[in-house]
Amino acid sequence: MKRRTLLGGTIAVAAFGLVSSVEAQQPPIKIGMSMPQTGGLAGGGKPSLLGIEIWRDDVNAKGGILGRKVELVVYDDKSSAAETPAIYSKLIDVDKVDLLFAPYATVPTAPIMPMVKQRGLLLIGNFSFQVNSKVGHDMWFNNAPWGPPDSWAASFLDIGQKAGGKTMALLAADQEFAQNLAKTAREVATKRGMQVVFDQSYPPNTVEFSSIIRSLKAAKPDIVYVASYPPDSAGILRAVNEIGIGDNVKLFGGGMVGLQFGSVMENMGSLLNGVVNYNSWLPEKSMYFDGTKDFFDKYTKRAVEAKVDPLGYYLAPFGYASGQLVEQAIKAVGSLDQKAIAKYLRENTHKTIVGPIAFSADGERKETAVLQAQFRGVADKNMEQFRSSGKQVILFPENLKSGDLVTPFEAARK
Amino acid sequence: MDLLLDAVVIGVLLGCFYAAVSIGLSVSFGLLDVPHVAHPAFLVLAAYLVFFINEHYGIDPLVAGLIITPLFFVFGLAAYRLYYETFERRGSDAGVRGIAFFFGVAFIIEVLIILQFGVDQRSVTAAYIGKSWRIGDMRIPYRMLVAFGVAMALTLLLTLYLSKTYMGRAIRAVAQDQEALRLMGANPIRVKQWAFGIATAVLGLAGALLIIVAPIDPTLDRAYIGRTFCVVVMAGLGSMSGTLVAAVILGVAESIVLTMFGASWAPAIAFAMLLGVLAVRPQGLFGRRS
Repeated sequence: MKRRTLLGGTIAVAAFGLVSSVEAQQPPIKIGMSMPQTGGLAGGGKPSLLGIEIWRDDVNAKGGILGRKVELVVYDDKSSAAETPAIYSKLIDVDKVDLLFAPYATVPTAPIMPMVKQRGLLLIGNFSFQVNSKVGHDMWFNNAPWGPPDSWAASFLDIGQKAGGKTMALLAADQEFAQNLAKTAREVATKRGMQVVFDQSYPPNTVEFSSIIRSLKAAKPDIVYVASYPPDSAGILRAVNEIGIGDNVKLFGGGMVGLQFGSVMENMGSLLNGVVNYNSWLPEKSMYFDGTKDFFDKYTKRAVEAKVDPLGYYLAPFGYASGQLVEQAIKAVGSLDQKAIAKYLRENTHKTIVGPIAFSADGERKETAVLQAQFRGVADKNMEQFRSSGKQVILFPENLKSGDLVTPFEAARK
Repeated sequence: MDLLLDAVVIGVLLGCFYAAVSIGLSVSFGLLDVPHVAHPAFLVLAAYLVFFINEHYGIDPLVAGLIITPLFFVFGLAAYRLYYETFERRGSDAGVRGIAFFFGVAFIIEVLIILQFGVDQRSVTAAYIGKSWRIGDMRIPYRMLVAFGVAMALTLLLTLYLSKTYMGRAIRAVAQDQEALRLMGANPIRVKQWAFGIATAVLGLAGALLIIVAPIDPTLDRAYIGRTFCVVVMAGLGSMSGTLVAAVILGVAESIVLTMFGASWAPAIAFAMLLGVLAVRPQGLFGRRS
């Protein structure tokens, strides 16, 4: 009896040991990132993170990747470029994460690029603009739809030229992202022989735009290209509504960050009508791919609890797509070897909820998928209206187009 | 020429807005020497309360501002008491540590706002937002006229209060010589607490203006630290009408630069003016030489 107990005990201990060693061999796949959850970029960072979390939960519900669960290690970078280098050092050396995702936006991402390149690590970018153009890291892949750097301005100016526009006014925030946009807009305008009749940058924290809009109006441009940040975008549109912009303006907008977020759109309401602005995802028929609807069903529920953008069109599905990219690549190469994953990402087209993604050599999209869409028939203080199609009609790109431009701007506003 | 005239008119209105958001600081920092760097955070907090009242009860933002004014008065009394007990009472380096205290308070307010309202931009609706008054070719946004009216009213009320009432004169006395007041048998701390309450109470209306003029987000206070302190220091510490004039000068300068010379220069011009004024008149435009 005693021997049997001993034997039983031994078997139990051995079995327990075996089980725990199996578990020990299967630790979770850790994906590390910083994300702006406070500060100026938090309005984008939080929905983006929620998108990534929904992917994590989906993939874990299916049993994980290579039989391993996915775990996210996330720190708040407070929207600050000064925080991210230390956070990513910690993620790599202390937390020993398996893969890295970049934080949302250009400014916090730029300072970690040299470090990631030096260490030869894979980095999935998150809506930063041209941060790899000078660094040249061959293991960088941006989830954003930007494509070639000049395509953004080119698509907007194309629409303007087709509407008969010959002169352009340029109004840009004095910040990295907006200045990058403005620079490409200037270059494209020069190439096409378009005259730039007004070219100004305004400092961050400008309170009142009446004066600027007045002098812009005095320059009588045909096309107004605005590259602005969220607080300013609202201020600019309000001033345009109060001061007027002139009857000769055929096309207004382009690169206004902020008009993609639910709360801003709800607040701006009818002021948005007529504006043609860039976007990444919109609830038009052409934008639904495998899993897109499922994702938004989940997002809409969880956004309420998380107190983030109730629509979440701009960033959240792309956060989910970042997860899908690495999921497919790891499954295909059968390991976490970063070089192999990078090679796979570069050489293949990947199916995601935001459509097929293929990368060019610089880690940006091969072809631009940035939408230019015109706000139409928007009413005041109504969030739900933006869930139906037709409120933002897609004018570009051709394969996703859902309508034609209404011009001039003053007519389109009515 | 039209553009210049436009710029001046808008500049005056913008300046009035700056005056309204700075005038509380002119009392707390200008008169009481409290390094109140949390002033803009209090301002943003007030704006969020106005947003809350407007959103849930449909009350006009200005009326909402008036509703929260008594609340802010009490909040100001409590904030000063806490500051006094933990910092000011403890001696000479209170100033530096006081800055740390108020920075801490500002961060706490910012985080509380994020927890309660989220990080998204908020704004209010009212009949006078988004429309403008046409005079010839000129168009003046109504919301800026509201800012003008409120700034005038606040300046007038505070000036009258400080010069005509017993408590107001006591506040000015405590600013000049705290010891003398103590010798007269008055309690300078009580007076200062009361004054700090007033300085915080005016933020009710100022916060309403903040969200009327432009949308707000939880980190907006950082944008206003520079501007409000610049206005108060340029005015000469503690002068209410001086605050209005200094703010208008700043507003007009900013507006002219934005219109005529290029927007990038605007912030530089404001601070260059501050340096210029301090070089010529260290006590500020309307400050008395001590």
